[in-house]
Amino acid sequence: MPTEYGPLAVWSVVVALGLATFGIRASFIHLFGRIDDVPDRATNALRFVPPAVFAALVAPAFVAPEGAIAVVGNERLLAGVVAAGVTWYLDDVFATIVAGMATLWLLRFGI
Amino acid sequence: MFRSRLPAEVRRGVRDVAPLLVGVAPFGLVAGAAAVDAGLTPLQAVGLSVVVFAGASQLAAIDLFGSNAELLVILLTGVVINLRMLMYSASIAPHFRSLRSAWKSLCAYVLTDQAYALSIARYTDATAELDATERRRYYLAAGGSLWIVWQCCTILGIVVGARVPDAWGLSFAVPLVFLSLLIPAVTSKPKAVAALVGGGVAVAGDVFAVPLDLGLILGGLAGVVAGVLADEWLATPDGDADAGGAH
Repeated sequence: MPTEYGPLAVWSVVVALGLATFGIRASFIHLFGRIDDVPDRATNALRFVPPAVFAALVAPAFVAPEGAIAVVGNERLLAGVVAAGVTWYLDDVFATIVAGMATLWLLRFGI
Repeated sequence: MFRSRLPAEVRRGVRDVAPLLVGVAPFGLVAGAAAVDAGLTPLQAVGLSVVVFAGASQLAAIDLFGSNAELLVILLTGVVINLRMLMYSASIAPHFRSLRSAWKSLCAYVLTDQAYALSIARYTDATAELDATERRRYYLAAGGSLWIVWQCCTILGIVVGARVPDAWGLSFAVPLVFLSLLIPAVTSKPKAVAALVGGGVAVAGDVFAVPLDLGLILGGLAGVVAGVLADEWLATPDGDADAGGAH
């Protein structure tokens, strides 16, 4: 479903996210010498950002694609399970996309 | 030959990053295709890749634009996803200490999971002993190659994505990309707890229609807290001193 936001709204987010991301990247590279190290607790917590955030992005798309938990007749869940298996064994982005999309299309367009 | 006139560390950086470019390419294609699929113009899609240049946050933003989430939520979600790069910035900063300010800014702009991982490995290789210029050359060769491939693949994705019918459900490629980032990122029990809680809270947020699409941010935060707690409770040596393991 296409976005209803106009150009100004989209560009505002693009620029703001770009500036914030640059700020994050540049933070220690520019500050080093003034702040020598990140507190251990912060580094420790940051390690958990990728698994937590990626799971939060993945799970609803597979488990509840229409906003309610669906198992029976949920083509995306099945496609996700197949794709997860491919990632596990091959650890390859391209193979994961192909496996997931191919499963979705098989279920959707029939064999 | 032209190639042999390039500084050694530039060649080395390009050579080391080459296999990773193959993994980045489909990710970039999806970033372009999903952006036009979500209703962004081709120029906005390219703008996102050039201005932000951080794939995971771009895809999350595209996804949220498509579902017309609040603008502030789109921004916050992207920031939360990119927070992991604080770690990379802190970890690589000592190696860039003697660079001029403009070089530091350029290095910061192209800081990615891949450029960080390669360069840290190269800098800590005891047999290499690079000086500041060589370190900069290696890093920018790797980071610059990633940048070029990312932009080219975004454009290709925009061109291809605009021609694919809606019924093909191309936007489903976005969670598939995140899936391929998630599985290698779960390298320990506490990280598995972080993923389970993060995913569970995000699903609950969707099912109970948490306002403003905040389910994703809440899931991310809950997952991080759960991971930290699990790490303390299990109190087993984590065994991975990696910096996230994401692509």
